[in-house]
Amino acid sequence: MARMKFLCDSDRCIECNACVTACKNEHDVPWGINRRRVVTLNDGKPGERSISMACMHCTNAPCAAVCPVDCFFTTEDAVVLHSKDLCIGCGYCFYACPFGAPQYPRVGNFGSRGKMDKCTYCAGGPEQDNSEAEYVKYGRNRLAEGKLPLCAEMCSTKSLLAGDGEIIAQIYRERVLRRGYGSGTWGWQTAYRETVAI
Amino acid sequence: MRFPGLLVILAVWITTLAAPAVAQHGQDAPPPAAATSPSGANPTTDAVNEQQLLQQMHKLQGRITIPDYKAALLEQPQGRTYQFLHERVLPWAAGILIIATILALAAFYFTRGRIMLDDSPESGIKIKRFNLLERLTHWVTASSFIVLAITGLNYFFGKRLIFPLIGPDAFAAWTQWAKFAHNTIAWPFIIGVLLMLVMWVRDNIPDRYDWRWLRELGGFVSGSHPPALRFNAGQKLIFWSVVVFGLTLTVSGIVMLFPFWALDINGMQWAQFFHASAGTVLTAIIIGHIYIGTLGMQGAYDAMGSGEVDLAWARAHHSAWVEQEHLQPRGAASAGTAGVPAE
Repeated sequence: MARMKFLCDSDRCIECNACVTACKNEHDVPWGINRRRVVTLNDGKPGERSISMACMHCTNAPCAAVCPVDCFFTTEDAVVLHSKDLCIGCGYCFYACPFGAPQYPRVGNFGSRGKMDKCTYCAGGPEQDNSEAEYVKYGRNRLAEGKLPLCAEMCSTKSLLAGDGEIIAQIYRERVLRRGYGSGTWGWQTAYRETVAI
Repeated sequence: MRFPGLLVILAVWITTLAAPAVAQHGQDAPPPAAATSPSGANPTTDAVNEQQLLQQMHKLQGRITIPDYKAALLEQPQGRTYQFLHERVLPWAAGILIIATILALAAFYFTRGRIMLDDSPESGIKIKRFNLLERLTHWVTASSFIVLAITGLNYFFGKRLIFPLIGPDAFAAWTQWAKFAHNTIAWPFIIGVLLMLVMWVRDNIPDRYDWRWLRELGGFVSGSHPPALRFNAGQKLIFWSVVVFGLTLTVSGIVMLFPFWALDINGMQWAQFFHASAGTVLTAIIIGHIYIGTLGMQGAYDAMGSGEVDLAWARAHHSAWVEQEHLQPRGAASAGTAGVPAE
């Protein structure tokens, strides 16, 4: 099976936020929760850089490690998913996540966060693939339909890449060689303990 | 040709449209490095670099267009440190500390045995040690601490010990209730610690008896009875441990009950780490406290049970207190009037 990853080629990201909107729409994500977001570094200054970020589906995922009820699991495609039935809303996964991916429906005062929600790599949850229960809790399961995550699929500049780690790394490598520069694979060292050697 | 100019414009327009498509398919030659952007400037000159930014600022903070300000944090590799502390350091340290405490107490019990009362003509006479408010505060704090310790340790050891026995669904349901209990029963514990601080701080200030008591290890090993006032040095250590660790737990606990109200992400990580560490240390200390207050020493439990202790016990463990408070009452306002023996 493939080892699914995200790669944001930030030299191409134009901060259009279409990935954010596509994700919210595809999965009917509740108000206030953003599974994906675009962060702009050095906004308005020379060298400004935008990066689209969501759950990176880490190797040895910190969220899964610190979860006190072990509600996370990793699929055959190395996608990190969780069970909202088991989640107790303790918030540890948000403290552990290097990318701020876990989101909660409520602010969390007095431990009232509710069930955690995060990017599923468009791969649903532990329920039956493409079932109504799965859609209500986790959104659409595009991976089960043979499709890649919608955020990357509809990225207008193909800045955001999703797919097997080897393949998207190769696409990025070719781009960098062709255009002569690249600002690197943002988050890869922290998430996957490796970067793409050019 | 009537419109040569128009044709030229059309040709330029078509070429412009087609250019990006050609570029995407990679049929053009790689441009020279100096001319990589339309403006002619090298786009990487000023561009921020992940590794550099992480070295300078330790985490990547930017701007976002959504209201959730926490989402502006792009990357915090400290999450990996938190993972290491939470999953490697804490479970081992906590497990070893608590098991070592229990083993040490068991070893003490089987070598030294219970600390028994010596025969004394004063046996059977009861004197007042703790009034109702003091005992109520002690037991509210104690019972809430036991609930907090069990539900707190469950965050670490539940998935390792209970989860394999009862399965994911039952364990998640129990842990959900354990979390509610932990978050609500924290309040009586906080009030209890503060009340105990106010009630007992006067009697827990170090005094001239403490050094000798500590040097002789309270006489637990030798069987001697170094003098002490109302609280001996060992009890003072328990008191100050409860105060220091209790307040650490209170502060770190309250900032976790209101996440991101006072602290940022790294602050929350450290609050959780200090909360777990302080909780573990206090649990180990309280295990020792429970042992010596019940099984470990004959006559000790009565102090917090009925509130009255045997005069022989008081004479052995708190001789200076007995002298001061009960045998030579300092006027009617003395705290010990209720317990003055009849003779």
